[in-house]
Amino acid sequence: MLELKHISYSVSEAGAEQAILKDVSVTIPDGKLIVFTGPNGGGKTTLAKIIMGLVTPTGGQILYNGQDVTGLSITERARLGISYGFQQPPRFKGITVRDLLTIASGDDKLTKDRCCRYLTQVGLCANDYLDREVDVSLSGGEVKRIEIASLLARGSELMIFDEPEAGIDLWSFARLTETFEAIHRTHKATMIIISHQERIISLADEIIVVGGGELQYRGTADEILPKIMADTTGSCPVMTREEAAK
Amino acid sequence: MITEVDQALLEKIADLVGKPVGALNIRKDGGCEARQSTEHIKIDPRTDGKEGIDIRILDGTKGEKCYIPVVISKSDYAEMVYNDFYVGENCDVDIVAGCGIHNSGCDEARHDGVHTFHIGKNSRVRYAEKHYGEGDGTGTNIMNPQTVVYLDEGASIQMETVQIRGIDSTKRVTKIVCGKGAEALITERLLTHGKQLAESDMEIVLDGEDAKGRVISRSVAQDESRQVFRPIVVGNDKCFGHVQCDSIIMGSAKIESVPAITANSTEAQLIHEAAIGKIAGDQLLKLQTLGLTEEEAEDRILKGFLA
Repeated sequence: MLELKHISYSVSEAGAEQAILKDVSVTIPDGKLIVFTGPNGGGKTTLAKIIMGLVTPTGGQILYNGQDVTGLSITERARLGISYGFQQPPRFKGITVRDLLTIASGDDKLTKDRCCRYLTQVGLCANDYLDREVDVSLSGGEVKRIEIASLLARGSELMIFDEPEAGIDLWSFARLTETFEAIHRTHKATMIIISHQERIISLADEIIVVGGGELQYRGTADEILPKIMADTTGSCPVMTREEAAK
Repeated sequence: MITEVDQALLEKIADLVGKPVGALNIRKDGGCEARQSTEHIKIDPRTDGKEGIDIRILDGTKGEKCYIPVVISKSDYAEMVYNDFYVGENCDVDIVAGCGIHNSGCDEARHDGVHTFHIGKNSRVRYAEKHYGEGDGTGTNIMNPQTVVYLDEGASIQMETVQIRGIDSTKRVTKIVCGKGAEALITERLLTHGKQLAESDMEIVLDGEDAKGRVISRSVAQDESRQVFRPIVVGNDKCFGHVQCDSIIMGSAKIESVPAITANSTEAQLIHEAAIGKIAGDQLLKLQTLGLTEEEAEDRILKGFLA
């Protein structure tokens, strides 16, 4: 179980404090698929990075399976069973797809069959990709799918995916949602997925809308989607005023 | 006599374990430790008074290997060696060179060598040279290899040059002249640390029609070490040339990379790319999210980069 207690994060900008996250508290039970959604700049990615240890909160506490992990490094959290798929994964000259999956799995003798399984789950063929370097020769969508495959190879109990759909074509996206569904069915892993995709939102046990640095709503897809739709149909307040003045 | 230390060096520089099948010449501290010719590859001492050997590979020799490693186990020692290779036509061979120094003294150990290749029509040569130094003394290890290659029509060379740690100072000079339809590929891997200095001058001259040349250089400079690269491709006819230099800079190291391309024909197509930068922070973070420590992540990135 993951518990975030009174998490806050602020940055100094031109001498003024700007709050990115404001006293966020949330508990995520084991085996659930939770989607964080909300407007850009609302604090979703920062919250996810704080869980992984990529960002240090300015206040609050993080408990994972009852253990206070707030002061632990990224590596220590990874070894406790937390993993994170980057929104924009880095590229590596000289590290192949096979190398990356091997590092992720922690098994120096990771077989081709297992690599093949992870890559197939994200819509890639091992024969085409295993020996390719994860460098600029791969497209953004390919790197993104390899990033997700690295999390599958890691097999953590808590997987965080930051906009896994970004840059991925429709066909691969369909395959990806099947993979998320399959992991979810086993209830062996907890998944936190940052997403704006209705298809992914509809898979979730629970949706948490993050906006303005706070948790705005929390509920099932049926409860939350109408609220999101209502928010997104709002027009620009300035233009509305100008229209009214005419 | 080949000691255990020598054997470990030979394994490092030439992957030699025991006595290999194929032509062989092991030079140690200026003497000849072992020499064997084969039916198709003849190794003989030079006859012009200079130190070194002549290697003659007969026309049509295919699938054979030739090992010519050098080991230096002394301090206060310097040598200048000239090895000439005459590769016949229609050959397909591997040549493994390399030099290992084990310097336990407080004086300099130095190996300077000139390898000159004459590669006949339509022959393919893969040439690997690894340079490595070690020893618990305070003496410096110095290596200055020069490689000169003349490729006849349709011939090719894949040259792999590697220096990972242990060499305090190196000035390496490589020149390859490509005839009609000939092809040269130089892959360089270099890691310096401490106060080491490495300079690498490379020149590929694309003289003949449809000649191709490519330089792929990757280096890592750590601590206070310095590196200078000057890869040059000259196109004198319809040809293709590509220079690609990537360096990772760490600590308070300094790297200078000066690639140059010169076209003396309107049909020459030449490209150069050079990049120097530190290890990207997001690369380290990514590998840490996969359970590696920051140090392990750095090592893994460097290992991959120099692979």
